[in-house]
Amino acid sequence: MAATATATAPIEFQTHPSRYKHWKLDVPAGSDCAALTMAVQPLEGLRDSYELKLNSYDLGVDIELADAIQRLRFEQPQVRCIVVTGGLDRVFCAGANIHMLGSSTHGFKVNFCKYTNETRLYLEDASEHSNKRFLCALNGTASGGGYELALACDKILLCDDRNSAVSFPELPLLGVLPGTGGLTRLVDKRKVRKDQADVFSSIAEGIKGKRAVEWGLVDRIAPLSRWKEAVAEMARELARETPANAARGVELPALKVEASEAGRHYEYVTLAFEPGSRRASLTLKLPAEPGPRDGAAALAAGARWWMLQLLRELDDALLHLRLNHPLIGLVVLRVVGDAQVALAADAVLAKNENWFVNEVRGQARRVLKRVENMAKSLYAVADSGTAFAGTFFELYLACDRQYLLNDSDQPVALCVADLSRGAYPMANGLTRLQTRFLAEPARAAKVLEHVGAPLDADSANELGLATFAPDSIDWDDELRLALEERVSFSPDGLTGMEQNLRFAGPETLETKIFGRLSAWQNWIFQRPNAVGERGALKCYGTPKAPEFDYQRT
Amino acid sequence: MPAIDYSQKIPNNVDLKSDKKLQRALEEWQPNFVEWWCSTGPTDFNANEVYLRTAVGVDRDGWAQFGYVKMPDYRWGIFLEPQQEGRKIGFGDHYGEAAWQEVPGEYRNWLRRLIVTQADTEPASVEQQRLLGHTAPSLYDMRNLFQVNVEEGRHLWAMVYVLQRYFGRDGREEAEELLQRRSGNPDHPRILGTFNEPCEDWLSFLCFTMFTDRDGKYQLLSLAESGFDPLARTCRFMLTEEAHHMFVGQTGVGRVIERTCQLMKAGKDVVKEGAVPLEIIQKYISFWLASSTDLFGSEISSNSANFFRSGLKGRAFEDKYDEHLALNQAYAIDLPEGGKLVRKEVEMRNAMNEVLRDAYLEDNQKGIDYWNRICEKHGIEFRFRMPHRRFHRKIGVYADACYDIDGNPLDAAKFEARAGDWLPTAQDKAYVKSLMKGVREKGKIASWIAPPAKGIDDKGWDWEYVKL
Repeated sequence: MAATATATAPIEFQTHPSRYKHWKLDVPAGSDCAALTMAVQPLEGLRDSYELKLNSYDLGVDIELADAIQRLRFEQPQVRCIVVTGGLDRVFCAGANIHMLGSSTHGFKVNFCKYTNETRLYLEDASEHSNKRFLCALNGTASGGGYELALACDKILLCDDRNSAVSFPELPLLGVLPGTGGLTRLVDKRKVRKDQADVFSSIAEGIKGKRAVEWGLVDRIAPLSRWKEAVAEMARELARETPANAARGVELPALKVEASEAGRHYEYVTLAFEPGSRRASLTLKLPAEPGPRDGAAALAAGARWWMLQLLRELDDALLHLRLNHPLIGLVVLRVVGDAQVALAADAVLAKNENWFVNEVRGQARRVLKRVENMAKSLYAVADSGTAFAGTFFELYLACDRQYLLNDSDQPVALCVADLSRGAYPMANGLTRLQTRFLAEPARAAKVLEHVGAPLDADSANELGLATFAPDSIDWDDELRLALEERVSFSPDGLTGMEQNLRFAGPETLETKIFGRLSAWQNWIFQRPNAVGERGALKCYGTPKAPEFDYQRT
Repeated sequence: MPAIDYSQKIPNNVDLKSDKKLQRALEEWQPNFVEWWCSTGPTDFNANEVYLRTAVGVDRDGWAQFGYVKMPDYRWGIFLEPQQEGRKIGFGDHYGEAAWQEVPGEYRNWLRRLIVTQADTEPASVEQQRLLGHTAPSLYDMRNLFQVNVEEGRHLWAMVYVLQRYFGRDGREEAEELLQRRSGNPDHPRILGTFNEPCEDWLSFLCFTMFTDRDGKYQLLSLAESGFDPLARTCRFMLTEEAHHMFVGQTGVGRVIERTCQLMKAGKDVVKEGAVPLEIIQKYISFWLASSTDLFGSEISSNSANFFRSGLKGRAFEDKYDEHLALNQAYAIDLPEGGKLVRKEVEMRNAMNEVLRDAYLEDNQKGIDYWNRICEKHGIEFRFRMPHRRFHRKIGVYADACYDIDGNPLDAAKFEARAGDWLPTAQDKAYVKSLMKGVREKGKIASWIAPPAKGIDDKGWDWEYVKL
């Protein structure tokens, strides 16, 4: 097996359109339509062991895509429609690079898929919650992950040159699944008939032209001679679905971070590794001053609004934890500072007075989901000096366990705010309180009676907001034992358990993607039929045919 | 083998009349084919009688029956080489197993793709050449053009038969689409790039039949080895016809050279006499040879490995190889790396496109040697050459950088500066185009080409091959 992600240089997640290698973001002045064009540089992959031919992608390509979506939201509020298209002749995108997958560790593959899944969900999130609509203009064949990207867009236009197709060659060619939401979106989002989806997913070369429209695989087809007009026409239709926004956006500067072997220090966020313990502490430090008090002031502060900056820093820290620190198994989370500072920012978010505040809420919504998709254990530790209030109360609930210090001499500040009523739905579509109290919905309502009023440890414990609430005599020992026990368990068993416990309640497209699709894909990725010496993924591109163990499980 | 059925609409040796479903499918397709021919073939000559060869059987007497026929009435038939009892698959992972008489389910899609890609080239070349009849240098050449055209049409028939007989509804749809794509059409072009290049003059046509049809020959040779027996049999018969197309190119370019050499030897000014300078002929050769070299696909290819290992597409003359698995063998190839070429070894099966390209280039060299003997015969010092396989490529590992005619890497600016030495310039093309004036009188021939040594079917070259 080739080098792992950790054996090489750490992966960085911050980028900027001026540094993109694989995408081009065009935002014509005065236009509400932008173009996001994929032209992957074959030799500019994250590792040298593969070439990104035919617009196939690796994590580096997707990091740029995620950045572009983020910047469109914050920096280009006037843009209402984004045309996602390919910059190569007669090919849109060939999907995730097979040789990259073949030469990656299991852990890297899983995290690669998770990240790309999140990026596609962000695209849909921008359509649902912001004024963005995405048109995927397939100027050539879209296979595998290429078509999955198209499925994440609002509409799909396919060029009708009697040759370009959409396809899922994963099963017939590689013995794996279109694991970036492909199978789920096919039947759940586009509502393609099961039997037709089955046929489609078994034909490596895919389906083109009229039949692709008839089966609901794409929305429209257009000949090359009127391609530009067809794209423009459809983009205009989509743009009209959403309101026009302010012309001036908020620029997102690069985050400043001091990184060392000991951890990562941002302005508000500190990630510290505890040597030899497989544990990290993640500490969010609230500023001393509450900052902007209304939407206009928040917009004026822009990316310097501490709330946005902190959320961006947290997001970056989470990604580093995932991709660059696979040995860390447990994250101990604290938010320290004055609860009133957090509540002041929450009041601005709750009023949601302008597009910018709405975007910051969106950022919080997505970061909270990112937390819940970590393959790490997360313990919230509310001890002296912590302030899990407002949005950070949600972060508290997002953790697997909540440790609450119950000591009247060392008061903790735990405070629920209006945003917990529904501003931050989980992947299952419910609030974190609803999910926590699935058996007793009244208890969720009871917690919400305390909106804005800090809870002491006793009341919080009574309301069911603490997993354990030891007093100061037991605290240190309880906590130490809990942490040591946690990291001693099987990491695989833990990931499986956490992912099954975190999302009680109804299924959604999102939970199906991360639960059903990803779990099956990750299982297949471990099986000899895919990755054994004669597995399909290993044999692809070699002179050897795959040899399967034909026993169905 | 069933007797050839002349009574049916479609001449064939595949016992069409006993397969009602297939017969119906083909009879539905035929009017669409004729409509395609009448709209995109050599349309201005549909009413003329042309002295054409028609295949009415696969044996020695059957495949070359000559007679006057109007092209839309040409009897495009379906002929497969006779089935060999007990034929075995000759290469790949299924080596030694009985050849498939029906499509194996696991390879259905690959096989269909292979057949469609091959089939698509057949009507494409007819479309590319549709206007050349007007500028034919003689009736003999005009007839050769039309012969090539109708046979490409028959090759389409041959492939469509395989699609309709063995691939169900998908096959019928692909057959329809073969008539819908058009060479050079921006909306629905032909699949391969070379078949969308315009073929506007006769020097290009002759180079096309020499080099592009020779790619066809090698593709057919490799498909003639296929473990899917009906495909192998149909390709073997197509090869017989393809040989004539290459004869047209080989002798045709040779006659252009001959004419120029004659004038040079007589001390005449080649351009004043309306012939083509040898340097320009070389540039046309270089252009079409490079473009046709692309058709073999990428040097390192998963598809080629898949097709070989699955027994669908072998090597040309697979019998000549000592072993037929091509496993654990390496093929050495110079790959571009940071502006330099580095010799690397790749798995033999992944290099099958290159193996086929080697054979093709070797075959081309023989043709070039033949042309050089013409120069030699006239005491002209000029010698033709093949461009290096890396020169002017649009597909494969050499497509991303520039190489000179000897295959040395050079930057794009230097290439541009020298391109006019190697490839036809606008001026060269304009000159060649200026010579393209049709000659329709019996016994006359254009100024830029020598008459052939002999005619067709033991007739003189100046016989009335086309009744205008």
